[in-house]
Amino acid sequence: MSKIDSKIPAGDLETKWTKYKSSVPLVNPSNKRNLEIVVVGSGLAGSSAATSLAELGYKVKVFCFQDSPRRAHSIAAQGGINAAKNYQNDGDSVYRLFYDTIKGGDYRAREANVHRLAEVSSNIIDQAVASGVPFAREYGGLLSNRSFGGTQVQRTFYAAGQTGQQLLLGAYSGLQRQIGLGNVQMFARHEMLEVVNIDGKCRGIIARDLISGKLERHFGHAVLLCTGGYGNVFYLSTNAMACNVTAAWKAHKKGAYFANPCYTQIHPTCIPVSGDHQSKLTLMSESLRNDGRIWVPKRKEDAEAIRNGKLNPNDLKEEDRDYYLERRYPAFGNLVPRDVASRAAKERCDAGFGVNKTGEAVYLDFAFNMKYKYGKQVATLKHISNPTEAQLTEFGHEVIKEKYGNLFDMYKQITGVNPYENPMMIYPAVHYTMGGLWVDYNLMTTVPGLYALGEANFSDHGANRLGASALMQGLADGYFVIPYTIGAYLANEISVKSISTDHEAFVEAEKNVQSTIEKLFAVKGTKPVDFFHKRLGKIIWDNCGMSRNVKDLTKAISDLQALREEFWKDVRVTGEANDFNPELEKAGRVADFIELGELMCKDALERNESCGGHFREDHQTEEGEALRDDEKFKNVSAWEFKETGNWDLHQEELVYENIKIAQRSYK
Amino acid sequence: MSGNMNINLKVWRQKNGKSQGKLVDYKVENVSPDMSFLEMFDVLNDRLINEGKDEPIAFDHDCREGICGSCSMYINGRPHGPNQGVTTCQLHMRSFKDNDTIVVEPWRSAAFPVIKDLATNRSAFDRIIASGGFISINTGNAQDANSLPIPKGDADDSFAAAACIGCGACVAACKNSSAMLFVSAKVSQLALLPQGAPERATRVINMVAQMDAEGFGSCTNTGACEAECPKQISLTNIARLNREYYKATLFSNEG
Repeated sequence: MSKIDSKIPAGDLETKWTKYKSSVPLVNPSNKRNLEIVVVGSGLAGSSAATSLAELGYKVKVFCFQDSPRRAHSIAAQGGINAAKNYQNDGDSVYRLFYDTIKGGDYRAREANVHRLAEVSSNIIDQAVASGVPFAREYGGLLSNRSFGGTQVQRTFYAAGQTGQQLLLGAYSGLQRQIGLGNVQMFARHEMLEVVNIDGKCRGIIARDLISGKLERHFGHAVLLCTGGYGNVFYLSTNAMACNVTAAWKAHKKGAYFANPCYTQIHPTCIPVSGDHQSKLTLMSESLRNDGRIWVPKRKEDAEAIRNGKLNPNDLKEEDRDYYLERRYPAFGNLVPRDVASRAAKERCDAGFGVNKTGEAVYLDFAFNMKYKYGKQVATLKHISNPTEAQLTEFGHEVIKEKYGNLFDMYKQITGVNPYENPMMIYPAVHYTMGGLWVDYNLMTTVPGLYALGEANFSDHGANRLGASALMQGLADGYFVIPYTIGAYLANEISVKSISTDHEAFVEAEKNVQSTIEKLFAVKGTKPVDFFHKRLGKIIWDNCGMSRNVKDLTKAISDLQALREEFWKDVRVTGEANDFNPELEKAGRVADFIELGELMCKDALERNESCGGHFREDHQTEEGEALRDDEKFKNVSAWEFKETGNWDLHQEELVYENIKIAQRSYK
Repeated sequence: MSGNMNINLKVWRQKNGKSQGKLVDYKVENVSPDMSFLEMFDVLNDRLINEGKDEPIAFDHDCREGICGSCSMYINGRPHGPNQGVTTCQLHMRSFKDNDTIVVEPWRSAAFPVIKDLATNRSAFDRIIASGGFISINTGNAQDANSLPIPKGDADDSFAAAACIGCGACVAACKNSSAMLFVSAKVSQLALLPQGAPERATRVINMVAQMDAEGFGSCTNTGACEAECPKQISLTNIARLNREYYKATLFSNEG
């Protein structure tokens, strides 16, 4: 085990980034024109990075597997984006955003990175508004804010329940502009299948044209992986169907360390599973917890009556309901961080208080605030002094519709139940992965010239990400970090001419990809790819999900090794290599997920403590909260790939100079 | 399970852009009403792989929550199927009855050529955005976000137009394969915001020119696009585009 250096610049936390920015080597404009950068992924991180770098004058190539860069999964983010603007005059500051994020991450994130994130958060909002993102506004014409979990201020900017869509379309329009100007070459429907290293530096990628099936070689002086998270290892998650770990995993196998793979975020408010046919889960935004109150019945017999359809939840009296988050965490109430809210839901359901047929659901109820918060407000505005209950509901309905309309519609589409009239039923589901490729302060992985941005890296959220911080991080990395930090590397590359893709490293990398594809077809087994993906998902969810223990994790590792073997003996991949072939795409991704799953369990086993989303049953307080072991685990686990199923562990010590670390409390 | 259905599908199968396509019959049994339309295709594809006779059906899809704009099935003569304001991925089988016959085709438009089966090439939309669907500001030189108040009504209208997911249902629905609803949504979003004002004239002229160059048809104000749009983008945007276009061609230096 060795220690790794995160290259955090010296100096005070508050001035570190500013000073560093002014001292990073620059690349002059005429040299930028000769430097090529490959960007893989076109979500918030990829689009904003590619656009900003192209504006600076670099030659940029962007790759995405979707048919258009606009479809990257950032598009589906609902609730909002945080920024320390303090527009609400409620005491927010860069320090508070920094502090909330470190605390929310259960003291497992890097101070310097998080402070930088908080510092640039304001610029992101300015940038987005200037590029035409239509955020929600108040009647005075200024921007509106709401609250998210783990904070006591209103710092979240939003566009109804479609904030990710609006931010991505903003970044995408900038990207399209650069494409139109010829500064970016776009490769849609292309999937990266290998990184190419030459003399210890990353020099390009192998990509497959998903329509023709042809393999292509692309050179870059630097390569940026902006390829998102690996939540689909669970099969059922809120991720899009094609979200995958393949790009990051190929990089990992070529020398990039993988950090904290066991830190996954189980989001508390998702639509519960309805049956075996289910292909994905749908999130109901955390923003709903501003106005929705979470509860289950106080008595088990009421829960049972509800499950059997004998009792309508609307008829259950106020005093018979257990608003368990408000009860357990009076200071933060329904707005506790996600890991805390998820575990609390699981605890109630495991204890027999679940409210749907499977027993795995709790209520998210808007009736109270619809009537008594918004209904009353509107009634007052209309000068109605004694509004009826029906009037209050009617008035409140309109306000709720404006705030969350698209989410309510989506809920109704999926469940067939009208959430304006009945409380929503929700249950935790996999949503985000805090772990990812290890990067230093410059966002560079352990392979020189290879960077990871956005959800693909591990750096800013520790063991639990706060709501509305993923969009912030993706855009921070792309708009305001990488344009500066990449200079530290590229300033030394100005004399390097473009390397021909006939170079033997490219030839060999392409050969490897080709042989993996051939191997997949050659299995000629009996089971479709999805069969293995579902089994993988079940193993990970059951053993490395919301709560973990040594026995299950140990068994999961051997189960996954067996699954890997079975996959390579019995998978059936239909169609041809040189064709548009979604089955082949899936097969490659699932093969990588199975390997990753093993590493996740290994990491969860190795981390002998609980922190944030990583909850080990053998490490909890008397009240059932995560119990950290700061003596041994105040560090980042960074795994080095040796061979399939075999890794070396390295550690980065986390140093807290500006925050006093403590047991996290939201009471 | 009770309430489950048998569904007769007629699905467009086409090997690639060059070959001829045809409708092929499939029967899918025991379909749960809680399944999404695409999950029914997952079940069918699983079966096709198991049987080993036919290749699975290729179709575009990704987020499966109605926002990425990938899914694009022309169902019983309507883009995204029978329900209003819903994408294919959010269409659930409870909208159909036992023994229904459902015809599923790809988007119909020369500007969206078929890649395989139900998947089409919609990159024309990206090129239209690249021709002017943006505000030309570089990263880093934006002013404070609250220094420019925007009336809530304008911001809301701009947002309503910006909700377009670029799926192409408007084009598929239109008898002329016009892309006017798509283009007008972007033009409107930016025309309604003060940030978009400096490039207002060039934007609309360039985007309309690119739209024509891509081979989309003309708009005859039939309104099928609005009726079928899963995000219910309003026809008013087309009126606004026309106004913007006339203003730009008549009164600006750009025309």
